[in-house]
Amino acid sequence: MEIVGKSLPRKDALDKVTGRARFIDDYTRKDLLHASTVRSPKPHIRIISVDKKEALSLPGVFGVYTHKDIPGDNRVPFVFQDYPFLAEKDALFAGQPIALVAADSRERAQEAASKVKIKYEELPALFDPLEALKPESRKIYGKDNIFRSYRIRKGNINKGFDEADVIVGRTYTTNYQVHGYLEPQGMLAEPGNEGSVVVYGSMQCPFYVLDAVAAVLGIPQSRVRIVQATTGGAFGGKEDVPSIVAGHAALLAYLTKRPVKLIYSREEDFQSMSKRHPGWVNIRYGARRDGKITACQVKYVLDGGAFSTLSPIVLWRGTVHSAGPYDIPNVFVDSYAVATHKVPSGAYRGFGQPQVSFANESLIDELASELGMDPLDLRLKNAVKTGSSTITGQTVGESCGLTEVMTKVAKKGFWKKSWSQPEKKKGTVRRGIGMASSIYGVALGAEGQFLEKSTAHVQIYKDGSVTVAVGNTEMGQGAKTVLSQIASEALGINFEKVDVIESDTTRIPDSGPTVASRTTVMCGNAILDGCRILRERIDPVARELLGIRFREKMKTSQGFFVSEKNPKKKIAVEEVIKKCYSRRVPMSVQGFFRVEGTTFDRETGLGDAYFAYTFSTMLAEVEVNTGTGEVTVLRLVSGHDIGKVVNPQLAEGQIQGGAVQGLGYGLLENLVMEKGIILNPNFTGYIMPTSMDVPDEIEPVIAEYGCKVGPYGAKGLGEPPLICAAPALANAIFNATGIRVRDLPVIPEKIVLEELRKK
Amino acid sequence: MKIEFVLNGKEVSAETDPRRSLLRVLREDFCLTGTKEGCGKGECGACTVLLDGEPVNSCIIPAGQAAGKTVLTIEGLSRGNRLHPIQAAFIEEGAVQCGFCIPGMVLSAKSLLDKQNDPSIKDIKKAISGNICRCTGYTKIIQAVKKAAGKLAGKKR
Repeated sequence: MEIVGKSLPRKDALDKVTGRARFIDDYTRKDLLHASTVRSPKPHIRIISVDKKEALSLPGVFGVYTHKDIPGDNRVPFVFQDYPFLAEKDALFAGQPIALVAADSRERAQEAASKVKIKYEELPALFDPLEALKPESRKIYGKDNIFRSYRIRKGNINKGFDEADVIVGRTYTTNYQVHGYLEPQGMLAEPGNEGSVVVYGSMQCPFYVLDAVAAVLGIPQSRVRIVQATTGGAFGGKEDVPSIVAGHAALLAYLTKRPVKLIYSREEDFQSMSKRHPGWVNIRYGARRDGKITACQVKYVLDGGAFSTLSPIVLWRGTVHSAGPYDIPNVFVDSYAVATHKVPSGAYRGFGQPQVSFANESLIDELASELGMDPLDLRLKNAVKTGSSTITGQTVGESCGLTEVMTKVAKKGFWKKSWSQPEKKKGTVRRGIGMASSIYGVALGAEGQFLEKSTAHVQIYKDGSVTVAVGNTEMGQGAKTVLSQIASEALGINFEKVDVIESDTTRIPDSGPTVASRTTVMCGNAILDGCRILRERIDPVARELLGIRFREKMKTSQGFFVSEKNPKKKIAVEEVIKKCYSRRVPMSVQGFFRVEGTTFDRETGLGDAYFAYTFSTMLAEVEVNTGTGEVTVLRLVSGHDIGKVVNPQLAEGQIQGGAVQGLGYGLLENLVMEKGIILNPNFTGYIMPTSMDVPDEIEPVIAEYGCKVGPYGAKGLGEPPLICAAPALANAIFNATGIRVRDLPVIPEKIVLEELRKK
Repeated sequence: MKIEFVLNGKEVSAETDPRRSLLRVLREDFCLTGTKEGCGKGECGACTVLLDGEPVNSCIIPAGQAAGKTVLTIEGLSRGNRLHPIQAAFIEEGAVQCGFCIPGMVLSAKSLLDKQNDPSIKDIKKAISGNICRCTGYTKIIQAVKKAAGKLAGKKR
């Protein structure tokens, strides 16, 4: 292959290094209004009245609007429809939108919003999901505060524990994680002709936004146009919640008949947007003396916050990954996504997996200690291989490089040389090494199968240049570049001449959401399908021009069709395309790809959950000051079997970036919430990793176990790099100090407290 | 109030309340939207510009402070289609993902390389420590700055 597998430069890099890339706040209009949101000040209130008078009396204020002004449906079209665009009778979390203000400047809109008087009665609130599960607790959602629950019953759990020589069980907890995309949420909406509306903004899933805007305005989807602006990071945080922001902006544009821009301040973004769910995981492993794991039992609770948003499917992904990347015959899992009076949690890179991964990968190390084994050997002994059975009883297919990834990562990180029992380490400053592994189901899986399809338009122009249109978006991960490479390879047209167009719902097909590390595989396959159809039309023309017979082999190389038998016989692709045009051969097509065969039985929790898996291992080496609790990360080696790598440089970027987000999750990022109010809604209080917090180099390791389903054998990569970091670091800290912190993030205070407790 | 300064090599003046942030003046009055607002509180570095060669968070610098000084934004770094070596290195090394931090990151790097020919990795890390990047994990950014340093040093020789 000439194009796939090469580190070609990003399509969007030039615009981004010159400052020409236009993000949503860079858009403007001459008659622009600015919007601000009035939010609930308390976690649970009954709204008595909304007094707009003072706000309306301010200069430059255009209007103040509540749910009563919504012409369409006030429910945001998420999985369940429980989240209103604007609160009606009650508000269920501090920060829930109640009213919207439009004014002629951002400052005036914000000032007016602060002058809208909400008269309310404060009601009792629930903050602890375990408390919310109790039958006697007040009800926030349904009859039991459970948004969704899942179960897995594989084998016979009692038999599994009976066969075990050693049983270890622990409870692990994890805090929120804030996406911290550098560009806050924002939208610009403007009225169009004939009752239509156009919304530009920062988002992952334009068709989710389309659903929301059409719903809130009560107009046909055909009159809504959503255009994605250059998006400054997302990580799941711009999956579903932009539907709310866009709904608000579109509503104001509709009501004011003017273009309206709504840009969140960083603090507002912290207070009101989705985050990684806090997790509570009780997990037990049973193993034979030789290390073979015979049983795993898990109870997993996610704090969903006040509305369901994506909690049901976040819970599912977490549930079907909760036992780790191991072949375990007997598994018993119960999981719950629970309502509390807090800001709704949602999608964040890893999607319910990092919480359980922290638990099972920490417990594997605790089991290794109990057995007196090297944790690497314990992992290798139980690691899934081709033919193994996953937690849902699915047989692992050909594409499984977990053992190779573990071995390579261990070698690169000098595991065998560096690892020794923590008891042997002395002194205030100690070094330790740790690892963690994961299995990651690529794309949406069985519980999301109704969305698991993708469409692509491929068009070849007269001059031989190409546009590709897909519903999945570029948000920094490199989709435009990778998908261009796939189209370029398939068509034999130079990479420079292939572009993925901007995401505009009137120009792109719905390919399903840009989530679940699915874009390369799903859109890649739809593009391949389209390119295949085009090649069936082009190739005969090329053969004719080359004067070679139907059966004679022909290839494309560097923008030429070339006879394989006689490489001197070649013709530029452009010539062939020109001929195709003159012969009226149709040069634009629609490609389609759909995944069949994923299954999940909600009673037993068994089935073929995903069509492919990515396998990962991370190794961390740390230095811990047991006096201050400070942790310095000396080394991170991050290995992944992602099938065929389309663009190695971009893959490395995903691996390194994911590792550092995971480092933040594991060690630094500590959202402080008190009675439903976030106390540190900013980058000074909520610490994300800076260049000073990371090792000089994060070493990627890639194994390519080609996957039959994937385009050219590729699998998904976006999320896996984050997942193993927190447990690898926690294990390294244990290895250095003998201190086991079972609550994320492992901030210095927790290490010092444990150290004091030991003394 | 009239504030005069040198912006991207040209003498300019702005008629504005001097307390308005330099960021707002650059973005709104001069339409230089390459400088980004990530937090509005001087915490993230997305709004970094060079003021007399020093990196500053333009979101918390009152525009009045620019009077009589030189301001360099990302738009002033490349000459037409000729990229500055730092920009070229960012592309070559794959240091760009979502791109929102990149203008500020590139300018912090420039300020460093204007003063230091051959910075160590530690120097580079320190120079960009005020610029948060959520996408890349910094590895490729550090490599890009290192590479640009080499290119620039080569030119000077």
